[in-house]
Amino acid sequence: MSNPAVIIETEGLKKIYRVGDVDVPALRGVSLTVPRGEFLAIVGPSGSGKSTLFHILGGLASPTSGRVTIDGEDLTKLSDADRTNLRRRKVGFVFQKYNLLPTLTAIDNIRIAQHFGRNREALSPQFHSLLKELGIHHRLHHKPRAMSGGEQQRVAIARALVNNPAILLADEPTGNLDTENSEIVLHLLRDLNQKIGQTILMITHNPEAAAYAHRTVHMRDGKLVD
Amino acid sequence: MINRLVLENLKHRKLRTILSALSIGFQVTMILTVVGISRGMLEDSVSRARGVGADIWIKPPGASAISLSNASMPEKMIDYFRKQDHVTAAAGTLVVAIGGISTVTGIDLEQFISLSGPFKYLSGGPFTGPDDLIIDEWYANQSKKKVGDTVSILNHDYRVCGIVEAGKLARLFVPLRTLQDLTGSTGKISQAYLKLDRPENTTSVIDSLKVNLADYTILSIEEFVSMFNVNNIPGLQAFIYVIIGLSIVIGFLVVGLTMYTSVLERTREIGILKALGASPPDVLTIIVRETLLLAFAGWLAGIALTFAANALINGLIRANLQSVIVTGWWPIALLIAVVASLLGAIYPGLRAARQDAIEALAYE
Repeated sequence: MSNPAVIIETEGLKKIYRVGDVDVPALRGVSLTVPRGEFLAIVGPSGSGKSTLFHILGGLASPTSGRVTIDGEDLTKLSDADRTNLRRRKVGFVFQKYNLLPTLTAIDNIRIAQHFGRNREALSPQFHSLLKELGIHHRLHHKPRAMSGGEQQRVAIARALVNNPAILLADEPTGNLDTENSEIVLHLLRDLNQKIGQTILMITHNPEAAAYAHRTVHMRDGKLVD
Repeated sequence: MINRLVLENLKHRKLRTILSALSIGFQVTMILTVVGISRGMLEDSVSRARGVGADIWIKPPGASAISLSNASMPEKMIDYFRKQDHVTAAAGTLVVAIGGISTVTGIDLEQFISLSGPFKYLSGGPFTGPDDLIIDEWYANQSKKKVGDTVSILNHDYRVCGIVEAGKLARLFVPLRTLQDLTGSTGKISQAYLKLDRPENTTSVIDSLKVNLADYTILSIEEFVSMFNVNNIPGLQAFIYVIIGLSIVIGFLVVGLTMYTSVLERTREIGILKALGASPPDVLTIIVRETLLLAFAGWLAGIALTFAANALINGLIRANLQSVIVTGWWPIALLIAVVASLLGAIYPGLRAARQDAIEALAYE
């Protein structure tokens, strides 16, 4: 049933949060198909449900109803443990606030992602050349506090890719960066997509950032529009 | 890799880590010092009992073997003991409590020397009057007393006439007669020591004494000193258990609080770990390893502190308390520190493990 050319498929995806006694719908039926190797931007104002979609696609939350398939795997009926497993194997996260572990050096941040990904192999030569392309190979033994925001975000990208995930999910990856560093990061994401065919889903509210993607979809009030 | 994370986490908040480890250290020291003092006091009692050089120890009916007895044995019994076969010397003593666990011992000096041999005087000499006092070197050092000084015991002033080497029977000796009169036990003693021609005759002499003195406690010195163990001191075992219980509570609270604040502070990091694919058991493992490392560091600190406590006790108040290092209790103390710490880590650990990843990532 799964089409190997399609990496993400959602159908009628709904998510309702219960806040006190009130049901708050965050997603009201999202149907989205992402082909393998696409760089997709999801654009929308805050509260439009894009973060919720991001969490569900990343296996951090489960949908209330609807269907979602990632790399041929149906997420709808997964237990918490199965979703943890999915995060390990299929998803790499990049966050607005970098989210590096402050007590570990850059290289150890990457290694701990490897550890939790149950990836016991040594870093490959390809990964080392990726570190060079990201321009962080000489900063690997520094802790996050000694690095600029741009450097931290590039370490976070390397960390997200170390286990060769099926999809890279980036939530406002340039939200905390200045224009120059934003451009560097966006160029890198586009290069990764072009050179290694990495599927990338980027959430942003910045149309300039979205312009780097192949395709942009817009979200509003928990639905995809246009 | 997890070990590096654990180590870096502990290093990240150095002061908190050091204070927590020290608290666990004090918990460990508390246990080891109480055990060390119990053991030290008992060993000292044993060596002083052996130091008398007697073969048989006799106590009148009633009272347990090593608690202080009432003086209920007629002094004349000494003559009776002396007449028994194989007995070469007999001496009676009167032991009176003078507050706390300290005692003063009344002896008939000649009688005692005939059994135990002469005292080794470091200064001064034997009793010359009824109000003379012989003290041992530990007591002299601790109370800073020298020959000629006055010491008040049970509202009676004594003059220090001699300072002797420690290790024979008691720390404070006064003339038997004086102590008997002052305590209203004229003509009475609380225990007797016998010396035999040959130690091999001990059993047969005890057997024949028991024929006429069925109610008396009559023991060989080795049997007597074997009673100096933790189980025979009323309340001591219970006291040690109470200290262990308190230590566990302290360890539990300290580690509980430390790990709780540490988990709260790292809410966001726990979210990151989960996004990276850490399962709840993975997160729990990190907390448990941090706790174990804290407990181990605390244990090492505790052993170091115990040596310090030991040196202080023996250096400053050796006449009242003696302490020894009891290495056999080190593993037990480690076990107690680990158990208490793990108990303290249960709630913070589970809280971290169950932390919702999305909420944790949104945590500022």
